[in-house]
Amino acid sequence: MDEIAEACISAIASSKGIPRERIKLDSSLESLELDSLDRVSMSFDLEEKYGVEIPEHKLHSVVTVGDLVREIDAAVQGKQMGKPAE
Amino acid sequence: MIRVAVTGAGCITAIGNSTEQFRQSLFAGLTGIRPMAETERRDLHFQAIAAVKDFDAADWLTLPQKQLAERSSSFAIAAGRQAIMQSGLRDAYLGDEIAIILGCSAGGRTVEEPALERLYTEGARPHPLTVPRSMANAGTCMISMEHGITGPAYTVSTACASAAHAIGQAFHMVRSGSVAAAITGGHEAPLTYGFLKAWDGLHVVSPGGCRPFAADRDGMTLGEGSALFTLESLDHALARGAPVLCEIVGFGMSSDARHITQSHPSGPAGAMRRALLDARADPREVDYINAHGTGTEVNDRVEAEALHDVFGERARTLAVGSTKGLHGHAMGASGAMEFLATMFALLEGVLPASTGAQNVDAALHLDGVLLENRPLQPRLALSNSFAFGGLNAVLALRPVTP
Repeated sequence: MDEIAEACISAIASSKGIPRERIKLDSSLESLELDSLDRVSMSFDLEEKYGVEIPEHKLHSVVTVGDLVREIDAAVQGKQMGKPAE
Repeated sequence: MIRVAVTGAGCITAIGNSTEQFRQSLFAGLTGIRPMAETERRDLHFQAIAAVKDFDAADWLTLPQKQLAERSSSFAIAAGRQAIMQSGLRDAYLGDEIAIILGCSAGGRTVEEPALERLYTEGARPHPLTVPRSMANAGTCMISMEHGITGPAYTVSTACASAAHAIGQAFHMVRSGSVAAAITGGHEAPLTYGFLKAWDGLHVVSPGGCRPFAADRDGMTLGEGSALFTLESLDHALARGAPVLCEIVGFGMSSDARHITQSHPSGPAGAMRRALLDARADPREVDYINAHGTGTEVNDRVEAEALHDVFGERARTLAVGSTKGLHGHAMGASGAMEFLATMFALLEGVLPASTGAQNVDAALHLDGVLLENRPLQPRLALSNSFAFGGLNAVLALRPVTP
């Protein structure tokens, strides 16, 4: 989970050119000026990194950095348990 | 009618990543055509391409641009910024008063091809930015966003004539007063294996490098890059002390309506006549033709026939040159690079040699083909661009005489 959180924060920091300290798990993606294209692009990069795919409806419900971390973590856990993506 | 001046220029090309480098290579005959590395060439039947060198997108792109700009758009961003810097256009006009019209034929192949290769061979999902990165109008959008230009903006796709059509449209818009200024030209980055292999199949690419109008010509050389310009009213440019590089005085278009690849003399001749009519000029005023001159057997023969049709007996001695032996045939950007070469011919009073050609095909009856630079101040010059599908665009330029 911590590693995934680090990866998410790094991805946001490099994508938007903002300091990592500004990015908290409860920060909303909107407050970090991540628009819908940024979100799908960044999520894709993280999905590729972990070899998972976040289900479409879950991606739409992501509001905060923590939500994104949780969805990727859940997908990784699911993959490890051999579950197909929801 | 508003007289239209070119007040800024920028370029990223195989012969220079600034207009000053381009100018030096142009008159020194330093070609940008090089053999490909074996790894690039793979099984292609030709080895020569005119690739941009020493271009690091990181030197030019802002952080958001780095995420979005494919190679072709990156060339446009860099060339556009150079042109806008030189002209000071953005300080002189509101964003709403400026149009952006660019030519781009192939779109963002350096992003699209690898994504599709992985999709088809590995089932890998394309990145979500594949579409915005690879759309042919991305370069126009990037320049619009960077400089806050909110006037008419679009991309023209007419294969090898894209940039000439774009410049002509921008010229007409400024001349008519529908916009106060324009950013125009072309950009292209098509040197991907898939694109090169597809061209290989047409058997029109020179194995070792193009030799326009030469008896031993054996095809064209594919290239890439961008050349962009700022256009505005000559009077306003002079009043505000902007650089005035040349005047655009005419633009002519036509369609052959005959064949999807093979040009017919009637179309190019019609476009040249229309450009002269648009310029209210007599053919006898034309002192220099920057030809389409691809170096294929058919193009150069057909272009010669069209020149004889328009200029009659004078075509035999008219100064005709092609600069594709320097910067290659950069598809939708080619017309812009040739416009830049024509602009420098007018500025310097020197007509650049058709680098690559060592002789002239006697069967063309064009004794004025420029095998060496020729000191001559043209009164009027034409820049020809003829596309596959028979879509022709010709621009008429004059040196500035306020």
